[in-house]
Amino acid sequence: MTGTAVGIGALACPAPLTPAGWVQLGHGSGGKMSAALLAEHFLPYLANPALLALGDAAVVPAGATELAISTDTFVVSPLEFPGGNIGSLAVHGTLNDVAMMGARPRYLSAGFVLEEGLPFDVLDRVVGALAASARAAGVPVVTGDTKVVERGKADGMFINTTGIGALDFDFRPAPTRAAPGDAIIVSGPLGRHGMAIMAAREGLEFESRIESDSAALVSLVEGLRAGVGLEVHVLRDPTRGGLASTLNEIAAASRVGMEIEAAAVPVPGDVAAACEMLGLDPLYVASEGVLVAMVPQPWAAAALAALRADPLGRAATCVGRVVAAHPGLVVLRTEIGGTRIVDMLPGDQLPRIC
Amino acid sequence: MKYLSEYRDPSVARGLIARIRREATRPWVMMEVCGGQTHTIVKQGLLELLDGAVEMIHGPGCPVCVTPLEQIDKALRLAADPRVIFTSFGDMLRVPGSECDLLQIRARGGEVRVVYSPLDALQIARRHPDRQVVFFAVGFETTAPANAMAVWRARELGIGNFSVLVSHVTVPPAMTAILESPDNRVQAFLAAGHVCTVMGWTEYEPIAERYRVPIVVTGFEPVDILEGMLMAVRQLEGGRHAVENQYARSVRREGTVPARDLVARVFRLVDRKWRGIGEIPLSGLGLREEFADFDAEYRFGLAALEVEEPAECRAGDVLRGRLKPHECPAFGLRCTPERPLGAPMVSSEGACAAYYTCGRFRHPAGVEG
Repeated sequence: MTGTAVGIGALACPAPLTPAGWVQLGHGSGGKMSAALLAEHFLPYLANPALLALGDAAVVPAGATELAISTDTFVVSPLEFPGGNIGSLAVHGTLNDVAMMGARPRYLSAGFVLEEGLPFDVLDRVVGALAASARAAGVPVVTGDTKVVERGKADGMFINTTGIGALDFDFRPAPTRAAPGDAIIVSGPLGRHGMAIMAAREGLEFESRIESDSAALVSLVEGLRAGVGLEVHVLRDPTRGGLASTLNEIAAASRVGMEIEAAAVPVPGDVAAACEMLGLDPLYVASEGVLVAMVPQPWAAAALAALRADPLGRAATCVGRVVAAHPGLVVLRTEIGGTRIVDMLPGDQLPRIC
Repeated sequence: MKYLSEYRDPSVARGLIARIRREATRPWVMMEVCGGQTHTIVKQGLLELLDGAVEMIHGPGCPVCVTPLEQIDKALRLAADPRVIFTSFGDMLRVPGSECDLLQIRARGGEVRVVYSPLDALQIARRHPDRQVVFFAVGFETTAPANAMAVWRARELGIGNFSVLVSHVTVPPAMTAILESPDNRVQAFLAAGHVCTVMGWTEYEPIAERYRVPIVVTGFEPVDILEGMLMAVRQLEGGRHAVENQYARSVRREGTVPARDLVARVFRLVDRKWRGIGEIPLSGLGLREEFADFDAEYRFGLAALEVEEPAECRAGDVLRGRLKPHECPAFGLRCTPERPLGAPMVSSEGACAAYYTCGRFRHPAGVEG
């Protein structure tokens, strides 16, 4: 290099980082850091067979039958966003986790951490939406709890919900059941919830307002139960970490490979435009009203028909297939015919500079 | 999406690939300068489709990757200062400094905020007159006008609690440094379309002439990049060495004059260290004397901080095109996006991260990786 006095030693980067000894936001992203948080700081203390299945909900025996139990804590900011609020989200998220195990949700609990200074009108809107969402799904909130903390100790409010559902033995989707030859189906357009939240949080203004797709997926699951039944191998809702993380988790759990077609992945135009502007990949953006189903190819048409019969599933479409090759890896065929790996992200997606 | 989908059209892309493969009589070696172009090449699997018709060396044009360690360390020190709200583009947050990164500073209580524009940082300063708001002004000529505008507005509005930590770099000196390198293999450049949107291409004409190297100003979509490659191949095959413009929908020869003027009024050329490469004379932008009040290094007494980069990763070789990311012994083993040894593994535009996230898969069709 002319005009520079650079030794070999300067052609280098810093030493490896030692693992940081504290929790970072990335540990909550649903990516690799979240997985590491569980593996290193929770499972060693809490391991038991029901927990170690690491499904959306745990399956536990109850007399002659089995129950699915799921709990989820909601810390969304802002509390209210286009298409919903933290109350409706807290019901939908937990109902969906129970439904993804193939269970029929029966009961909900709700716990509230309220911050001093939270306006009552906000609280009433949130609890009202929570109640309306539960009622619409026919699932009562049968127990609850409230705590109040000092100003600054909670972001307005946090909500925890737990859902309990009943399982049948003839409908058992599980993340471990994906098999080569399965079709990968998504029930609708991806990424609306994540982009709605990001736009609201960052005060981003786009030409059209992106609304969260937050919805209970119970009716879609009922359709699949009736139309396909036991042949539904996997159900999952691509929430935190988006479709990419969901497929990676299933590929790892089932020890199979996956191939998806970029051109077939349904990304709404406004979500695609917002992602383009921010340098984000829509494959990693959360949905809250979409499910991913894997069924053997001969059942794909029946599954699509069952989903499309429901208003939530009108745009259901096949995005790819499960393969025996490259187990654990999700490979995307790009629009122009190249291929690339779609990996888990380490933490949150970071908007690009330019 | 209009203005995007037509530049991702599979049949147009396939036509361009066929022409490149037909017209290239040997595997010409070219460098795409910009990290955004590297990202597209890897994300769309272009190398697999080109099947060795051209060899692409991934250039130093990722601003995250080339920001020197000592500027990162200064950012970390500022972010940890309880007086400061530190604002930055998102992808600087995970870049490793000597001891940690901005995300870890935030986890320990530092106030670090992601902004999408330096003018947003200026707004934060107006809303928090009791705090010092620092913006991390990084990037190539592309981000320089907006950053210049923020400083200009801050002076105009008399916003005394706003300052910038400047680590701007410019493209032409880096290209010259690569061409001067004794082991240079680059035979043509795809210049960075967004940089040229601001600056135009007059600076590149003497480089093309002096080093007899074709330079094609190129956009960022797959069709742009393939067309840029084809234009470069045609120059190389014809023995020409001109500056040509593939990205005509965005770039004019003189650039965007008001933006250039603003940059020239706020910034001046300074010597700048590039991470992994070292100091390149007059390759960076620093604030002019009359804006020194808005220089965070001056305001917080950080100018003297100097950091030596320890010898561990081969980022310098990768950024200079001497080594493909996956040829680095640490790649994917001791160096991953979760535990990056160096900056090119951090940014989504970094060559190493692009190879890691998109290119590890090998199958009989021969995916690059």
